[in-house]
Amino acid sequence: MQQEINPHTETPEEFEIRHLDTMCANDSELVHPWWYNFKYTLAGILFGITFVKAEIVSWFRIQEMFQATSFHMYGVIGTAVIVAAFSIWIIKRFQLKSIYGESIHIETKTFSKGQIYGGLLFGIGWAITGACPGPLFAQIGAGFSVIAITLLSAIAGTWLYGKFRDSLPH
Amino acid sequence: MEILTQPWHWSIAGVIIGLTVPALLLLGNKKFGISSSMRHICAACLPAKIPFFTYDWKKEVWNLFFVGGVLLGGTIAAFWLANPEPVVVAEQTQARLLSYGITDYSHLLPSEIFSWDHLFSLKGFVFFVLGGFLVGFGTRWAGGCTSGHSIMGLANLQWPSLVATIMFMAGGFLSANVILPFLLKHL
Repeated sequence: MQQEINPHTETPEEFEIRHLDTMCANDSELVHPWWYNFKYTLAGILFGITFVKAEIVSWFRIQEMFQATSFHMYGVIGTAVIVAAFSIWIIKRFQLKSIYGESIHIETKTFSKGQIYGGLLFGIGWAITGACPGPLFAQIGAGFSVIAITLLSAIAGTWLYGKFRDSLPH
Repeated sequence: MEILTQPWHWSIAGVIIGLTVPALLLLGNKKFGISSSMRHICAACLPAKIPFFTYDWKKEVWNLFFVGGVLLGGTIAAFWLANPEPVVVAEQTQARLLSYGITDYSHLLPSEIFSWDHLFSLKGFVFFVLGGFLVGFGTRWAGGCTSGHSIMGLANLQWPSLVATIMFMAGGFLSANVILPFLLKHL
């Protein structure tokens, strides 16, 4: 198996920026050939199939959730949180390592006012589009080609956030 | 085969989505999150010397492979595991949507809103452009979306993620019950 310790290709400053405003920065120290990433594609495929088959990508299901007329979405998210929490507990309890033998490390998040203001804006957008970012990708894949416009606009929103980040409350 | 093509129960979906978290951790020490992919696309395609996009996005390329998989999974589900029946929606929601003129349940998204025909109308602008903008801008400001905060963050018992989740839900309830009825009646 090819692997080598990551040479210091990143300055501390770049490291800090990469970890800014995100839940899922990559903290692995290993460097692999690019095609090793296809295992994440496989995980994504299973995830995307589930999204469509359980109708999580349906605008109708999102309306039901926010009109509190169906348990479906609460069941999905609630079950996912419980399963994920139990899995994380096992990983921490038994100090499980990744398949490459690396210790698993999950960093603690700090509070920012963005979670309030940004969270509210995202919630408003979620009910309008009927999609959070994951379903946007799955909807496009499922043949709703016009959602590519929604995704492009979401990317533009991300870009404008980056542009004006310093003038926003955090 | 029928078990696969009919809509999946929420508990099955919840378990698979929940297991995505340890799968990514065990496969390569990766934390589950999706909205960051849009930031990496910005950093890769149009960093424009903005400090927020000046980082080594190649370190996060796994996330782009993951969302590529989500897109492909959508294709597989829609073309090989498709459910021929209309979406079954709660009656109270159906009644409310009827009052907004939405009656087509043959696809996962209502054709009265989500079609290319509406792109260049005010309706299209609000639902695609403005809606998408709020999703992209809001998730980044919040530092995560449903996957990063509501699943990964809550499962890891992070209270800032609980704050974010409460605000997502507050925004969604406000939007679905106050803003959307107004938009659908007047657009």
